[in-house]
Amino acid sequence: MPKGMVVVKKEECKGCGLCIAACPQHVLAFSGELNKSGYTVVHMERPEDCTGCTFCALTCPDVAIEVYRERATVKEA
Amino acid sequence: MGERTLLRGNEVIAEAAIRAGCQCYFAYPITPQAELLEHMAEHMPRLGRTFVQAESETAAISMVYGASAVGARTMTSSSSPGISLKQEGISYLAGANLPAVIVNVMRGGPGLGDIAPAQADYFQATKGGGHGDYHVIVLGPSTVPEAGELTMLAFDLADRYRIPVMILADGMLGQMMEPVELPDPVDPASLPKKPWAATGAKARAPNIILSFDLDPEVLQGMNNELQDRYRKIVANEIRYEETMTDDAQIVIAAYGTVARIAKSVVRMARAEGIKLGAFRPITLWPYPYEPLRTLADRVDTILTVEMSAGQMWEDVRLAVGERARTPFYGELGGIVPTPRAILREVKKHAG
Amino acid sequence: MPVDTKHWVKVFERPASLTMARSTYCPGCHHGILTRIIGKTIDELEIAERMLVIAPVGCSVFAYLWYRCDALQVAHGRASAVATGAKRADPNLIVLSYQGDGDFASIGIAESIHAANRGENISVIFVNNQVYGMTGGEMAPTTLIGQKTTTTPQGRNAKGFGYPLRISEMIAQLEAPVYVTRQALYDTKHILQAEKAIKKAFTNQVEGKGYSLVEVLSNCPTNWHMTPTASNRHVAEVSEKVFPLGDLVDRG
Repeated sequence: MPKGMVVVKKEECKGCGLCIAACPQHVLAFSGELNKSGYTVVHMERPEDCTGCTFCALTCPDVAIEVYRERATVKEA
Repeated sequence: MGERTLLRGNEVIAEAAIRAGCQCYFAYPITPQAELLEHMAEHMPRLGRTFVQAESETAAISMVYGASAVGARTMTSSSSPGISLKQEGISYLAGANLPAVIVNVMRGGPGLGDIAPAQADYFQATKGGGHGDYHVIVLGPSTVPEAGELTMLAFDLADRYRIPVMILADGMLGQMMEPVELPDPVDPASLPKKPWAATGAKARAPNIILSFDLDPEVLQGMNNELQDRYRKIVANEIRYEETMTDDAQIVIAAYGTVARIAKSVVRMARAEGIKLGAFRPITLWPYPYEPLRTLADRVDTILTVEMSAGQMWEDVRLAVGERARTPFYGELGGIVPTPRAILREVKKHAG
Repeated sequence: MPVDTKHWVKVFERPASLTMARSTYCPGCHHGILTRIIGKTIDELEIAERMLVIAPVGCSVFAYLWYRCDALQVAHGRASAVATGAKRADPNLIVLSYQGDGDFASIGIAESIHAANRGENISVIFVNNQVYGMTGGEMAPTTLIGQKTTTTPQGRNAKGFGYPLRISEMIAQLEAPVYVTRQALYDTKHILQAEKAIKKAFTNQVEGKGYSLVEVLSNCPTNWHMTPTASNRHVAEVSEKVFPLGDLVDRG
């Protein structure tokens, strides 16, 4: 069970690829799909390896990525 | 009313601005308005208000933009070459619907020119100066007390219409001293509220101050709003003064210092039996075309006198057309016309 | 597709003080990362209702669209002077002057230096990507020697065109500034460092400490003719050699 998960908002993504390069686990890749703006969007190609580290979201210039972690692994605030 | 005192034109403008509630003053030194800057340097900090000697006139007008945008009454002053530097900033103020007061104590030009009085910035002040379709209200005081009154009016008009207002003075007016009764300071609580100002988006949608839209149709709309406002100003804010025009055959058209001299010339001419009058625009924008046109129907000649090569003269001819003769007498380079010289011109045309 | 919140906790989302507007920046442009960081800072310091964002002329001319805050769009180069006027008129506002190469270090260099010299209590973010993006890729004062731009098609030659201008080092010489730093956004480590620096620049203003400048060494994939990931490498391997990272002044 992966510790983390990201949601890439398809219509916000501009296909810049910075998140793909930032991910230490190589989770992300271009999906081959185009969004309405004509950008090639990114998705989790290998979701099983996601740790929810947020490196992808930190670098996304369009704040198009939301990051989730397993409830059990997240410390109570 | 306030106390009566002897003050220079530059000082009166500064003191009137303070009494009008000017919160922030930004300027760069330039002759012949140094006394204005010095008066503000002395008094604004003492009153807990903002005085900044800016690094340039360009910086000063941008500081005015910032202070105005957040809702403060604000002013800058300079003289001809410095006003040239401010033109982009003035266009931005106009385009962003920001109130501000800008004082031009005109001097001889073009270029560095000299430091003597001139009226050669009339085109710059009334026909744009900066880029784009805009106007600023232009007020032309003729005496030191009037310089104070019009400065106070300038802040009111600026706020009322959200427009920059220029005081178009000259080096003579700036330097000469006259007895002045200073007005009472405005009550800050009585000043108009500015719900549009960028005061921090607390419990409201953000206020964005700008003069820009990439969509031409939106920009057209913004321009149309400006033009509507200018039409309102034209309908409501024209000011002028006529002297002995009821039975005049020849009239001097002049503003500012020259208009003051013209009043002496009227007395001198009348003493010699010449039916001379004077027409003095007080608002140079909006210009009193209609009253001048009406006057032109009654007189033979309207002689424009300016310390320039004939800038207001164009507006006189626009107003008068063929209704009367429209000769011109001007002095260039910082020379102030004497009453005798003007009277000689009057006699030339009085027929 | 809805996320199963019994299993997943959201640990990263869009800062609340950013609007939902889709940015006009090119794909991969660091302006976007910087915008998120500023939004996060405004959220953390809870200053959205006091914020005044000053948008320059340049790619970030639309900066007023990205924040749920009051904003001004101002003349090219004059943001530091406008910031001065605004902050003097209403010291309770938290004023951000956000400027690019031309705005801060060319046409506006006098205003930039003098606002710093007067120690205006403002936060300045200077985005240095060594080129003029919005106008199509001309030389900036910060353009590197040998760098090809539309006005240096053979590569910038110091003879006739001068050397890359290190404005932050110039401002660091002044007495008044309390914080002058150069940061970058080309990898996670640097993004996190930049977040700290920007928060410090804003905290300094909130605490009334004086003038803070954060120069952010950035990219321009479009006018560098590189992919975003290649542009990140370029910042790390080339730009940073000319514009070293780190704190130049920290009197906080």
